[in-house]
Amino acid sequence: MAIEQALQIFVFVILTLMTLGGGLAVVTSRNLFHAALSLILSLAGVVGYYVLLDAGFLAIVQLLIYIGAISILILFSIMLTRGLMTPRQVQRNEQWWIAALVVFLTFVVLIVALWQMVWPIADDEALRTPNVAISQLGEALVGPYAIPFEIISVLLLVALVGAIVLARETENNQGSHAEAGSSE
Amino acid sequence: MAIPLSWWLTVAAALFAIGLYGVLSRRNAIGVLLGIELMLNAANINLVAFWRFITPQALTGQVFAIFVIGIAAAEAAAGLAIIISAYRRRRTVVVDELDTMRW
Repeated sequence: MAIEQALQIFVFVILTLMTLGGGLAVVTSRNLFHAALSLILSLAGVVGYYVLLDAGFLAIVQLLIYIGAISILILFSIMLTRGLMTPRQVQRNEQWWIAALVVFLTFVVLIVALWQMVWPIADDEALRTPNVAISQLGEALVGPYAIPFEIISVLLLVALVGAIVLARETENNQGSHAEAGSSE
Repeated sequence: MAIPLSWWLTVAAALFAIGLYGVLSRRNAIGVLLGIELMLNAANINLVAFWRFITPQALTGQVFAIFVIGIAAAEAAAGLAIIISAYRRRRTVVVDELDTMRW
């Protein structure tokens, strides 16, 4: 039992280094492409967290949607909008030190609040067996949570159709493209 | 469970702070989106940690985490489409220079 606990803490420390180290690289890296790759490292750390928290289904969902889809989408957008954003350019704005101050204060407030709070932790018996099967989760999504689930589906559909409409090349844009090409 | 709830919440708070710094300090619009993704992940860690430690028999925590991931996917798709569209029109993704609606 002691070995198992030590192992859990060891894994937790490794995952924390991955998640927070990757996160710091995301916000400080000068090369945006490296920042996006660091985001993948950070998200992989969060996958490990979900496994450690016995939320296996969420770990798989995180892996598929965040690492498999959203990261790739971001990498593609960086490649599409490159050119102007050379790695040598300064990537942070003039207010970065105010931002750092505000963020530090926010963090301090959060830490103080959550360490003072007494959380209503469940009893030991319940903590030992967090039994949520995937089938239960599926039944919940079409049972008590059916309406939010449907709303999310409609939202996703609207967002994707909107994304296609926004990013599509119209006749007008193609014209300005050709002009820009000829003036270069 | 060897790791107490406070540790999870601390890690999530740190990740949230890092993401917030990214949103506030990046000049590139895609950099801002990366920061938002970090903040959403921090919220998700909190949801799952609360589910695991406070209501391990209920489904609410995991279901909400799934909803947050769905929202994040929609946000990324719409946000990146807006950025690409803006880049096409203005030839820039620096948020300081996208100031058409500034008075």
